[in-house]
Amino acid sequence: MSESAAKTDAKGYWSATLRLTATLLFIWFACSYGAGIVFRDFLDQFSIGGAPLGFWFAQQGAIYFFVALVFYYCWAMKRLEKKYRVEAQ
Amino acid sequence: MDQTTWSFVFVGVTFALYIGIAIWSRAGSTDDFYVAGHDVNPVLNGMATAADWMSAASFLSMAGLIAFLGYGGSVYLMGWTGGYVLLALLLAPFLREFGKFTVPDFVGDRYYSSFARVVAVICALFVSFTYIAGQMKGVGVAFSGFLGIQYEWGIVIGMVIVFFYAVLGGMKGITYTQVAQYCVLIFAYTVPAIFISLIITDNPIPQLGFIGNVKGTDVSMLDKLNQVVSDLGFLEYTSTSKSMFDVFCITAALMFGTAGLPHVIIRFFTVRNPGAARISAGYALVFIALLYTTAPAVGAFARLNFVETVNEATYISDENYEAAATAIIAQGGTPVPQWFKSWEQTGLVGFEDKNNDGLMQIRGPAAPDGLANEVDANNDIFVLANPEIAQLPGWVIGLVVAGGLAAALSTAAGLLMVISSAVSHDLCRRTLFKQMSDTTELRVARVSAAGAVLAAGLLGLFASQLGFVAQVVAFAFGLAAASLFPIIFLGIFWKRMNKEGAIAAMLTGLVSTFGYIYFFKFGGGTPEQWLLGVSPEGIGFVFMWLALGVGIVVALMTPAPSQDIQDLVEDIRVPGNRLDHGIADSGMHPIDNT
Repeated sequence: MSESAAKTDAKGYWSATLRLTATLLFIWFACSYGAGIVFRDFLDQFSIGGAPLGFWFAQQGAIYFFVALVFYYCWAMKRLEKKYRVEAQ
Repeated sequence: MDQTTWSFVFVGVTFALYIGIAIWSRAGSTDDFYVAGHDVNPVLNGMATAADWMSAASFLSMAGLIAFLGYGGSVYLMGWTGGYVLLALLLAPFLREFGKFTVPDFVGDRYYSSFARVVAVICALFVSFTYIAGQMKGVGVAFSGFLGIQYEWGIVIGMVIVFFYAVLGGMKGITYTQVAQYCVLIFAYTVPAIFISLIITDNPIPQLGFIGNVKGTDVSMLDKLNQVVSDLGFLEYTSTSKSMFDVFCITAALMFGTAGLPHVIIRFFTVRNPGAARISAGYALVFIALLYTTAPAVGAFARLNFVETVNEATYISDENYEAAATAIIAQGGTPVPQWFKSWEQTGLVGFEDKNNDGLMQIRGPAAPDGLANEVDANNDIFVLANPEIAQLPGWVIGLVVAGGLAAALSTAAGLLMVISSAVSHDLCRRTLFKQMSDTTELRVARVSAAGAVLAAGLLGLFASQLGFVAQVVAFAFGLAAASLFPIIFLGIFWKRMNKEGAIAAMLTGLVSTFGYIYFFKFGGGTPEQWLLGVSPEGIGFVFMWLALGVGIVVALMTPAPSQDIQDLVEDIRVPGNRLDHGIADSGMHPIDNT
């Protein structure tokens, strides 16, 4: 460990990471299992283009959300690392 | 040039490319061999991961499977992509910070137990061997189906190619060939998809064509498809016969299984640091999503096109297709499309005139006119015949053949790495001969990679006779979800998790999932006996919770792990904090990150 690591707030960093992870996993669950499976029949009364919305979530939408979630996670983790002065290598 | 020549050209050129990369990227150390020196660019690693992940099944079979299953096919689409969110958020960065070579490495060190390491080795070997049998079979089928080479020789050629870059280059060789293979396979997949989307919906982007209208009308493509298939007595395309709970469980088993598959996890050991592991998972998902969002469009277009062009067409048994087709058109009929005739020889499509009217009836189980179905089509036909359906030139078909081989070989190579490192590193270096030097280990690693190639080839040869490849893939995902995922997850997120809990959890997941799938696939179990109505494909998810529960209860009843291990867990949660820890690192020091 270098000297700057002494100022690292590892505890704060970890609890912020856990909060972020829980929030993102909630969205992950909602856009796939929620919109694509459990609430699919309800959502199918709406449509996106020519596709029923619930069906679209199951075959397309959930995947777009997954990609967005992972990139947001990367960006947010970089910010957390700065904020809690976690040494990036 | 005809089709077969084009196929030979593309396959030859791509294979030469793979061998060239193998020679250029020879591995000089165990670091190179197992984890490509920890120095792979995250974007390239993302591509390699995508190629590693997308197998012959994703490339050839998935679109056709979705075409037949409609909404039911969503389990594969969500299941095989959503796992990457779990990987990025819960596993990859932490395992990278841990800084070792393999999945059993993490299990053995985190749980300070050779026994746990060996159980993890067994899980990893089992998962990888079931998976690789399917890949070798895919290679054999591609060679025999397109190039007219015997199935057995096809497998031998595939083995020689993989042997070159896996044994010479290890993870380093595999990584850079996988990058090339990704480019080949995604190009081969999207080009025909764009053309068929143009034909059916007039939109060049398949993902938009999927939600668009049928060309020249204001009826949406999916409404039309629903109408067409339900008129013939099939289930509506946007519905499924599976129960909601079963769909839920299968999706979840595939997702958690993806996150627990050793050949996917080890790809994230090859990048420089935890941040790179995170972004690399993101890129991998983008590259996978390119194919996975195209596949449902291809499936739907292909189903619509298949029914519209084949149903009620007049069959031609004549040698001279052109003359017979012209005669039928002159009488006001529709001849069977030419691609159907050419694929008939491969046995992937077939027609049997049950009512002797000379017309080809496609009918579902609830056909309103009570006629029997006369047309059989294999799932793989939709991707393979797409270029011909879209009337694309012969070289596109050659491209698709090369793409299918790239998909099968890249996945096979990734699995071979898991098998060889489990043997040379986890069994030999870390369990049996702890004093082994780095040079000896590298030699052992090459020998075990060679042995694994041979074993995989033999499996591929036998798989053709046994024919249960599709069945055993359920094992791979179920076992990865129920035995590997829970203990890796708890090992990172719960400091209190100990050796006893981990062993109990792994064994619970392994035995229950194996037993359940074996009983229903080979032991004569019937769907009425399914636990909670969950099919064998989805049971890994249910038993994952059982394994988690058992692991936690056993851990709480037994002593906590030593302070050293608990400190280790705190270290890997924060990038750049990893220190040497006595017990876990006694056999081998973590890889220096700086």
